[in-house]
Amino acid sequence: MASDRIFGLVTLFVALGYIASATQIQTSFLVDPVGPKAFPILIGAVAALSSLVLIVRPDPDPTWPAWRTWLSLFVAVLVLVAYAKALKPLGFLIPTAAAAGILSYQISGRIVPAIIAGVSLSLGLFLVFKYALGLGLVPFPKSWLGL
Amino acid sequence: MDIMSNLALGFSIALSPYTLMLAVIGCFLGTIIGALPGLGPSNGVAILIPLTFSLGLDATSALVLMTAVYYGAMYGGRISSILLNIPGDEPALMTTLDGYPMAKAGRAGDALVLSGVASFVGAFLATIGLMLLAPMLARVAFLFGPAEYFALYLLAFCTLGGMASNNQAKAALASCLGLAIAMIGVDNNSGMPRLTGGSLHLMDGVDFLVAIVGLFAVAEVFFFIESHGKSSSLGVKLEKVVIPWKDIFACKWTMLRASGVGFIAGILPGAGASLGSFLAYMSEKSIAGEKGGFGTGVPRGVTAPEAGNNAAAGGALVPMLTLGVPGSGTTAVLLALLMTLNITPGPTLFTERPEVVWGLIASLLIANFVLLLMNVPMVKIFVKVLSVPPWVLLPGVTMISFVGIYSLSGSYFDLLLMIGFGMLGYVLRKLDIPTVPVILGILLGGHMEDALRRAMVLSGGDAKYLFSSNIAIGLWIAAIAGFVAPMFLRNILKKPPAVTD
Repeated sequence: MASDRIFGLVTLFVALGYIASATQIQTSFLVDPVGPKAFPILIGAVAALSSLVLIVRPDPDPTWPAWRTWLSLFVAVLVLVAYAKALKPLGFLIPTAAAAGILSYQISGRIVPAIIAGVSLSLGLFLVFKYALGLGLVPFPKSWLGL
Repeated sequence: MDIMSNLALGFSIALSPYTLMLAVIGCFLGTIIGALPGLGPSNGVAILIPLTFSLGLDATSALVLMTAVYYGAMYGGRISSILLNIPGDEPALMTTLDGYPMAKAGRAGDALVLSGVASFVGAFLATIGLMLLAPMLARVAFLFGPAEYFALYLLAFCTLGGMASNNQAKAALASCLGLAIAMIGVDNNSGMPRLTGGSLHLMDGVDFLVAIVGLFAVAEVFFFIESHGKSSSLGVKLEKVVIPWKDIFACKWTMLRASGVGFIAGILPGAGASLGSFLAYMSEKSIAGEKGGFGTGVPRGVTAPEAGNNAAAGGALVPMLTLGVPGSGTTAVLLALLMTLNITPGPTLFTERPEVVWGLIASLLIANFVLLLMNVPMVKIFVKVLSVPPWVLLPGVTMISFVGIYSLSGSYFDLLLMIGFGMLGYVLRKLDIPTVPVILGILLGGHMEDALRRAMVLSGGDAKYLFSSNIAIGLWIAAIAGFVAPMFLRNILKKPPAVTD
């Protein structure tokens, strides 16, 4: 009950904010009868209406994970963001092995298989991407290769 | 004789060694994707699109490869349904009902062969149906003006939302979310930026591939972290596979009927393969009656949903190719592929680029035979794939998603956006809000607004123009009915409970 109500409330505010920012869209000299504002406002209105329905008639709550699971989900997001950031400066192999290993550990909970999975995924995918698919991946940081 | 000459054109493209090779690779990959639990047709096709694109394949080759993957995934979904009692993809859910009991009774091999043959019959008949029906529908589609297209898009959202969700408000919210995201970026008509919040990254809008891969593939990883990827061990033994000719012949009418039901369900916009297999199973169950023993592991209970599922997969290509409106989640992803390749689906596709359409149809016919070979005599290879544990599979899928998106745009911002969509997908699915309407909204939002604005330009701002033709009125009625009717049908069309050990 509460989950749907909270979500409905959040989407209601987002929808209202969306409508408010849609009214600020600049129109140019090229005008058509509908204009650039009308359709976004219409969408916002339908979304707001659906949010209200959700607040008034919520479904039963899903089973949310325990706080420990939330923590590991948060860690997973951090790992992915770090991976996204590291991919360019550090090359493919090291960040991929690290990120895949951590994710694997988070799923299985065992360290040694996770390390093996991380390293072999990193190497295997690199070979597939580089040689079978011909993508221009950089294996290591550019400074290591003397570039 | 039009069809014959078109088919000849198609086969001249499809039988070239390169295209043939792509079709075989696609079938193989697709069957694996379908068989692996946690990697369904939608996210499987989604993570492969950026890679296909960066490979630099031309339009026909890319389309052949990806539709072969799509057909293959529909075949493969049954393998884990039968052996693990876990549907490899959503449409294969109904196959668990009789497939798993049959496997437990020591007839795993029979169940796999029967369902493989049923998949072939369903997919083959549906491809023939596609070949006959699509050109006809394409001619009708020439009559569609902007008012009709606007109503058609609305119909897609309404039926997809109505069928895919248990709560209409949630489906509507999901569609609005997608449409709202589609509005971000430079407005085509006025050339002014909209709702970008001043961010330069958002001027081009949100790339739908980023959203699709995030919502489908990255969100899946979060689910596996939550459940700690409870590894599924093979519960049943697979003995020597022999072909149960007697059962196949006993099921011939079931397969034909189920293919028909599935094909029609597939053509309906928004309904898709899940509904196809569901309706096929339920109708066969009521034809067989109490004595049919559905749910206890009878051959007809295995063939009906598989024929229905694969026929629906072919049927769903009809509205996608002729009207540009996808019939299911996976065809929505295929539509994304077409858009990435700069192909506008619709009636003009049939007249202007016949080599794409007919090459595709001919490839699908060939792919079907390849899939039959892979899924009946060689099925044991794919059974081995099931033993890939989730703690290798899911990190692998994530890394492929990252590399795919990164090789497409090379932008750190897009990767962050993809992670954001992954988080969104997790929350939405937790709250039982369907994610397919979000994708559809992002894909079709621009077209839908365009249709509305062009209609209003034509009529000088008169809203009555939207209801000015019989086609438009029919589509509006169908849209409203498709949205409202599931509320009342929900109690009648209850899904039968899954088999538990």
